[in-house]
Amino acid sequence: MRIGVVTFPGSLDDSSALRAITLAGGEAVPLFHASDDLKEVQAVVLPGGFSYGDYLRCGAISRFAPIMSSIIVAAEHGFPVLGICNGFQILTESHLLPGALIRNQDLHFICTDQPVTVENVNTPWTNGYAKGQRIVIPIKNGEGSFQASAETLAELEGEGRIVLRYADKNPNGSQNNIAGISNARGNVVGVMPHPEQAIEDLTGPSEDGLTFFTSILQSLVAR
Amino acid sequence: MATIIVDVMLKPEILDPQGQAVAAALPRLGFTFATSIRQGKRFEITVAGEPTAAQLAEVEEAAEKLLSNPVIETFVVRVEK
Repeated sequence: MRIGVVTFPGSLDDSSALRAITLAGGEAVPLFHASDDLKEVQAVVLPGGFSYGDYLRCGAISRFAPIMSSIIVAAEHGFPVLGICNGFQILTESHLLPGALIRNQDLHFICTDQPVTVENVNTPWTNGYAKGQRIVIPIKNGEGSFQASAETLAELEGEGRIVLRYADKNPNGSQNNIAGISNARGNVVGVMPHPEQAIEDLTGPSEDGLTFFTSILQSLVAR
Repeated sequence: MATIIVDVMLKPEILDPQGQAVAAALPRLGFTFATSIRQGKRFEITVAGEPTAAQLAEVEEAAEKLLSNPVIETFVVRVEK
């Protein structure tokens, strides 16, 4: 099972995402922003970081990278895409996911181990979790406050498209405590917390994040 | 040469924590005039000669596509004399 990870100028967590895929048992394939070649991967991860220095708006410039034109077309046909942190921001800028991520309410860059609840387990990225499962994975961002119009929020809630919700307390002012969402079809998922940083006890607060990567491998096998 | 200005602002209903932080800092310097502050972005685009209607239409398109995010922001395009 080949899963790609895109490196943009300023990506930070691309190597961690590649490592998580390998640890989950997949074949991790590095992809590059300047090429439109998806190298026959069956799913793709847009990693965290500060692509283009977060200039203009987070993810706004990466959205126009050659690789993104391939990903946008594929995603519209059901190709699985996971955006983590900056990857989530790129997905909202690409209009593959609704809403936007703005500066955290208290202006702090927040780096902490964050409890979240998995609310939607019907996506290829989360089907290995139990609905309502509480997991702890790190957040590390300055612009993670999810904002959307009232209609969009009602649609996300009504269709069960909230994938992750912050548990205990809302760290950044995100509407409805939203930490992650999916598109209507469920193949495109964006999350602010970093599952790839919680894959083994030695380096993370838990192993809870690994299930994102085992889930996608399971979904691809099941196809 | 002329300058086309694009002003980008967060929509009124979108929280602006940066503007709030600036508004909170002003009274510490003794400035008490502000009841609220919203912070935005300004782009100064230089073109050769007087901007044509076609150029302005293109700037509008660019502002919609890249310079602003219509989900959270609004923009205004104008020519600076």
